[in-house]
Amino acid sequence: MTAAAPIPTPPAAAAADPPLADGSVRLRNLSKTYADDRGRPVCHAVQGINLEIQDGELLVLVGPSGCGKSTTLRLIAGLESISGGTIEIGGRVVNQAEPKDRGIAMVFQNYALYPHMTVFDNLAFGLKLAKKEKAFIREAVLRAATTLGLEGLLERKPQALSGGQRQRVALGRALVRNPKVFLFDEPLSNLDAKMRVQMRAEIARLHSSLKTTMIYVTHDQVEAMTMGDRICVMRDGVLMQVADPLTLYRRPQNLFVAGFIGSPPMSLLPGRVESRDGRLAFVGGGGDGALTVPLTGRLEQLARGRIGRKIVFGLRPEHLNVAGGEATHAPASCLIEMAEPMGAESILYLKAGGSSLIGRVPGERLYKKGEKLTMHIHLEKAHLFDAESENAITET
Amino acid sequence: MERRRLRNWVLGLLGWLAALVMFFPIFWMTITAFKTEQEAYQPGLFFIPTLESFREVFARSRYADYALNSIFISFGSTLLCFLLAIPAAYRMAFFPTRKTQSMLLWMLSTKMMPAVGVLLPVYLLFRSAGLLDSIRGLILIYALMNLPICVWMTYTYFCEIPAAILEAARVDGAGFCSEIRHVLAPMALPGLASTALLLIILSWNEAFWSLNLTSAHAAPLTVFIASYSSPEGLFWAKLSAASLLAVAPILVLGWLTQKQLVSGLTLGAVK
Repeated sequence: MTAAAPIPTPPAAAAADPPLADGSVRLRNLSKTYADDRGRPVCHAVQGINLEIQDGELLVLVGPSGCGKSTTLRLIAGLESISGGTIEIGGRVVNQAEPKDRGIAMVFQNYALYPHMTVFDNLAFGLKLAKKEKAFIREAVLRAATTLGLEGLLERKPQALSGGQRQRVALGRALVRNPKVFLFDEPLSNLDAKMRVQMRAEIARLHSSLKTTMIYVTHDQVEAMTMGDRICVMRDGVLMQVADPLTLYRRPQNLFVAGFIGSPPMSLLPGRVESRDGRLAFVGGGGDGALTVPLTGRLEQLARGRIGRKIVFGLRPEHLNVAGGEATHAPASCLIEMAEPMGAESILYLKAGGSSLIGRVPGERLYKKGEKLTMHIHLEKAHLFDAESENAITET
Repeated sequence: MERRRLRNWVLGLLGWLAALVMFFPIFWMTITAFKTEQEAYQPGLFFIPTLESFREVFARSRYADYALNSIFISFGSTLLCFLLAIPAAYRMAFFPTRKTQSMLLWMLSTKMMPAVGVLLPVYLLFRSAGLLDSIRGLILIYALMNLPICVWMTYTYFCEIPAAILEAARVDGAGFCSEIRHVLAPMALPGLASTALLLIILSWNEAFWSLNLTSAHAAPLTVFIASYSSPEGLFWAKLSAASLLAVAPILVLGWLTQKQLVSGLTLGAVK
């Protein structure tokens, strides 16, 4: 039940905050609790989130199902009521504002197009409700349609469109509103792989040309890594880490982020620090014959104060190779449990001692299940985590 | 394959038989309407059709008044019913609570009570309110009578609409009325139309409250038919002619809209 400690809250805001730019979003201690009919709290969907999104940034909220990312997005949109905290868009507190008054536009997972209206009417609906003149509406709709390549489809109804076209209409509907912040709720989940790659590029292109703030929710960490300026990893309503993709990948702050980001995932080996012949070593689980990895250099410094304590040894697949032999490499004899040839490289699922590892090897040689081989661990790239708090062990 | 064909044939035959049994009374009533009073007493299929019964019916009473009352009452009560049912169904479909299902069942359970049980209280209430023998009164009681069915059917049609579409409308700036007008109603239209048809038919054929709560001014066609069972005895031909005149409009309406009726009634069932 011990979750990693949430991101420490920033110091209380000074009385005079600098004025925020138009499309910036600030969440202060945001929380959402669902209660049953009698008012008893049933689910803490979002717990005390503090987040500052810069104007023009593409921020991705990523995490497993049920982590609260969609709820957070809907709180920002105004589709759910807030249980606590504040949301500011463009420097203005919008807790009580209706979705249409927040300067946002939303793209839904299931497109949510109006099936009885043509594409043109779908795009024009919001403007019509706002009672704009016909000429203005026509111009705005045509502009959005041209940006997204929808000019030829304006008279069609949604059921006559393909999945990708429907998603573009949903994008267009958001575009037409000229919002300060775009909100995306897993927009690509319903598309096939090829269309997904195409739409990802299109959304990224849109972002670089419009330079509007975008908040993007997805459960797919590949999408998150390729699209986001910054990524928020969430779990159980709490922010686990907020950083740019590379930092997230190379310096995960806790076990959850380490295991979530990266495909194939980081090998996380539970074990303890022990002293062997006066040197520190990591000993994995599995009793006799357990994997033993000498902790030298940087790792020795990290593990120094933790002899006898339980830690988790983390290693990315690309840092477990067949080639090796340098001083900073530690050998490990492994048994191949499964091999996945991907073409350029192969992914090997290995067992060493009692520990499971994943490694990447060049694809020319075909590896078979049951083979035994010696893999080399790149020690300087390994990560250490405290087993109890699940936080990364770092130099500071 | 042979067994399946045989089975289909047998089922088809049973279907036709059932349809004939159900249609027979209407058929017989129709041909009786075109007979003379004498011929009407004989169960014969071959006769010379005559319009004398119709002529007598029109001479004796004012068909148009009754028909107009029926039209006003059926359409009026259906309209009132929808005005009350749509907000209720909206709330239950898109903002359900734990109590929603039990509330729906409770509403439906009120239909299980025989109307005669509340005849006396309703009569007295109508009398004090001055609603006896008035179109307003019948519209009110029919609307209330049909309300559970209307709420239930509208609720099932609203449930078919994905909530995300309404959220998209909210983001686009739609208030409650705009949501209903521009999004919900067009999308649920087939279902709402067949519900409306059903309610109109139920109101048109309703024979308990119309007989007990009206006399001269607001009497619909059901009272018109009943007035032909007189103490003088049953005049079959005239009774059949009057019945045919009463039933014909709704039969035609039902025939023309049968596809919508069937699809509307079965749509909810399949899901």
